[in-house]
Amino acid sequence: MRLYSIAIYLFLYVPIFIIVLFSFNAGRHASELRGLSLQWYGKALANPFVVDAFVTSLVVALTVAILSTLMGTAAALALQRLKGTLRILFDGMIYISIMIPGIVIGIATLVALVTVFNFLNPLLASVWPEGVKPLKLNMGYATVIAAHTLFTMSLVIILVRARIAGMDRTLIEASTDLYATPWRTFYQITLPQIFPAILSGFLLSFTFSFDDFIISFFVAGANTTLPVYIFSSIRRGITPEVNAIGTMVLAVSLILLMAAQYLLHARTNR
Amino acid sequence: MSEQDISESPDIRFVGVSKWFGDVVAVDKIDLSVERGAFFSFLGPSGCGKTTSLRLIAGFDQPTEGDVFISGTSVVGIPSHKRPVNMVFQNYALFPHMNVADNIAYGLRQRNPKPPKQEIAKRVDETLELVRLSGFGKRKSWELSGGQQQRVALARALINHPTVLLLDEPLAALDRKLRREMQMELQTLQREVGITFILVTHDQEEALSMSDRICIMREGQIIQSGSPRELYDEPVNRYVADFVGKTNFFNGKVVTANKSSISINSESCAVLVGVKSKGAPTPKIGSNACVAVRPEMISISAADEKDNHADIVIKGHVKNRIFLGEHSEYLIVTEGFGDVLVLSPKTNESNRRIFAPGDHVSISWMPEAVLVLEDT
Repeated sequence: MRLYSIAIYLFLYVPIFIIVLFSFNAGRHASELRGLSLQWYGKALANPFVVDAFVTSLVVALTVAILSTLMGTAAALALQRLKGTLRILFDGMIYISIMIPGIVIGIATLVALVTVFNFLNPLLASVWPEGVKPLKLNMGYATVIAAHTLFTMSLVIILVRARIAGMDRTLIEASTDLYATPWRTFYQITLPQIFPAILSGFLLSFTFSFDDFIISFFVAGANTTLPVYIFSSIRRGITPEVNAIGTMVLAVSLILLMAAQYLLHARTNR
Repeated sequence: MSEQDISESPDIRFVGVSKWFGDVVAVDKIDLSVERGAFFSFLGPSGCGKTTSLRLIAGFDQPTEGDVFISGTSVVGIPSHKRPVNMVFQNYALFPHMNVADNIAYGLRQRNPKPPKQEIAKRVDETLELVRLSGFGKRKSWELSGGQQQRVALARALINHPTVLLLDEPLAALDRKLRREMQMELQTLQREVGITFILVTHDQEEALSMSDRICIMREGQIIQSGSPRELYDEPVNRYVADFVGKTNFFNGKVVTANKSSISINSESCAVLVGVKSKGAPTPKIGSNACVAVRPEMISISAADEKDNHADIVIKGHVKNRIFLGEHSEYLIVTEGFGDVLVLSPKTNESNRRIFAPGDHVSISWMPEAVLVLEDT
């Protein structure tokens, strides 16, 4: 039994370890290790395409994290007041949006967006004032952000709702009993109480969006994100440069994930 | 209720108040009034509607029907943050992300306009002193012991000078010794600040020792309300007698009933005589009734001794004796009357014997010491 689990862990983590190890390769080839060096990190960071893709990923991930945190928290606060069938319905939809495979979200949003754009673009062109280049809706930042937020918002809702459920309800009553209006009770008591969940929801959303390849691949259009760039450069052969980029992405994701985990389990109330 | 007319503007008044949760009734058409400056208790087992009554005063719940008045003004529909009452919660509900001083100042900071900083600080210090926690302001609430948290919760409520202070089982989480101390402290505090206290408790000892008036509830209704003395000496029925203090009950059917005395035919065919409780209705002849004898009203003597004054003499033997310091509690197994609890005071008289388990004894009481009650 123990042997099996060791084998499983090796299978899972050895490839990742090899990528990290080979990113420090001094040699040119991804398959043989010839001494250690940081040269591929330098090369990767000097490559304008990598930097562009990195910035795009950062902008998308940050926007996704902000949007899904705001909307997810608001939704979680509203959902806890729902009862009965409506609540079951919303709960179901939230879990479904997490369970649906990324590729389905990717294709579905792509098809939906293309259909809507094809319908709207001629309309927009016809109503646009003469002499001005008409606005043309297309794939880009907005579409990839929308598609990511669809998924990450549900993550935030689930995290924040768990925290609300674990919160002592009498604290709210105590606050209103001490003359605080509902709004003051919210930002003086509820918000500080659920803040760790909101923050970890933010970090998880960021990580998910930053790492996502499948959805971005379909809806990002001309704005190449870092995972999409890595995929396209792998087609030209695996270089230690790709390993270096992968290791950097891994480091960012791991740090954020650990921060989120720490916050979720932070014992803010005793 | 009879006390409704005594005070001109009672602090709290319920008129025909009911509260339904779905199709379950928590409070069932109750009327009551609490005088200004009183220490009032709701006493009853869990689920009797006492906490719901408190929440109706606090404004966390709104009555389904009837009217709740605070200082003569109806508060139905007014949310809790606009009511001049404050509550001490069973679990204290101290804000974990604030220190003690910020917890206590919370109510003052919600005021519009907000009092100046120095005034808040001054009043926090004064209130900390009042609850004997001077110097604890910078501590986190969860660093304090249960008793200290309790005092912070009290201070947080009292600093606002509420019309009424509501206490929801405030001592339930404390150990026995601390609870005793806090009972004394609460009583002293109440006299010091002169605010009306309304306590909810299931602990009859707590209610009896602290309150001026007690309201005994069952299944959403008020069974009896009165001073602790009245409830103890003149319970309206068996439920109250059973809830307030320890009592021996003997069941039977009423044989004769007149103004001065009632006799019942007990299950062992002996006739027991007693008097009617003031608040209770005169029982009908032939109806089920019970005789209630407080354990301290029963005297105990050796089986061969004669007590000529007593009306009832029952023979039995000692099953158990519990030494309680100033008292000894005997459990006597009698012939035909089941197990009887007797409380015998410790005296210096040499002729007062101490009985051991197995000793044959006779127990007796005077008919004036006996109450005949409805068997409910």
